[in-house]
Amino acid sequence: MKSNNLYQYLLLLGDHSMILGHRLSELCGHGPSLETDIALTNISLDLFGQVRSYFQYAAKLAGGDATENTIAYLRTERKYLSSTILEQENRDFAHVIVRQFLFDVYHRLLLEELQNSKDDQIAAIATKSLKEVKYHLRFSTSWMNRLGAGTEESNQRMQVALDYLLPMAHELVTASDIETAMKDEEIAPDLNVLAIEYWTQVKAVIQESNLKYPEFKDRVVRGKQGIHSEHMGRLLSEFQYMQRAYPNMQW
Amino acid sequence: MVAAINHIEDPKINAILREVSDPEIPVLSIMDMGVVRSVERVGEHELLIKITPTYSGCPAMDTIATDIMLALGGAGFKTKVELVLSPAWTTDWITEYGRKQLQEYGIAPPESESLDKAALIDGKRVVACPQCKSKNTEMVSQFGSTACKALFKCLDCLEPFDYFKCLK
Repeated sequence: MKSNNLYQYLLLLGDHSMILGHRLSELCGHGPSLETDIALTNISLDLFGQVRSYFQYAAKLAGGDATENTIAYLRTERKYLSSTILEQENRDFAHVIVRQFLFDVYHRLLLEELQNSKDDQIAAIATKSLKEVKYHLRFSTSWMNRLGAGTEESNQRMQVALDYLLPMAHELVTASDIETAMKDEEIAPDLNVLAIEYWTQVKAVIQESNLKYPEFKDRVVRGKQGIHSEHMGRLLSEFQYMQRAYPNMQW
Repeated sequence: MVAAINHIEDPKINAILREVSDPEIPVLSIMDMGVVRSVERVGEHELLIKITPTYSGCPAMDTIATDIMLALGGAGFKTKVELVLSPAWTTDWITEYGRKQLQEYGIAPPESESLDKAALIDGKRVVACPQCKSKNTEMVSQFGSTACKALFKCLDCLEPFDYFKCLK
């Protein structure tokens, strides 16, 4: 069914922004400095704005009682289609920055392509979001550079974060069945092509930041199939708390 | 491509909408901010107004939509407000008058795209302090008090200030 694939694809796009947006929101009032605290929560706000656009559209496709809120809050873990890297915890600022950077590079490339999507509404959301995401990428790249080439300790912490997170990044640029179906309808880009540019850009920043590209085997991660790491359950229990405790509550 | 409209034929509606402002920047009317895209009469006392969000997540958009409905409701119009994403809002749609008001309010208005990059990425001193007009200013943080602003400080008068980021 055509519209079902499109619906699932909107969930996938929205979930990527939402799960990362939620992780960043956890830093509100806990950032390492006032400026970074404000920056990360601003980025979170941008991501949630994008989520609203995707889910309002998805709710329209779904019809019935579906709203952006039921889609966001009332699914079970297996129904969330975000890549595994995004639900990883904010272990320290290095992890926050590396996770953000690995996502931002992908996100910018993706939105650039989605501007030409055959689906007009997705193209409109992408054009709008791209302007914001360029700022996100500038922010995370500048911190990659600063911490990677900073002190011995900052460099080492960044390397630890990179060694842990990078083996999960391949999932972002590996097409799931939904993405392949959308590519065939010219709604989504070909991730195989996007992946080449992705790794070129990621490797360049790792190198200029005085960090080492990890020797790794790609970890098996299947977030886009709804099979998440142990962190997702705890994330969702916090994220969904209000709607579960007080169904249909509104502010 | 439909850009923003900064003036509405009907003087009554125009005057009412000029009174609606962004809650975060009370001096700037939504007409000067360039977020109003069209005003349509769908009945004798019914209006459809299309607005463009500035930033996707900007919480002010919901407030602006409610304020439009309340303001026009007070004048006897039943109003529906619709959000339209495309073409995406750009800071180019802020009017000259709006830029002047931002400046007087203490927010440095957006520079051109190239100057904006020079200031935010290369740390060039090009943004003028809204207090003393000196360009001897530096960026403190790319992200500021709201999604649309960056944090700067003036090295001459030492005042901190907000800079409205160029969005194109």
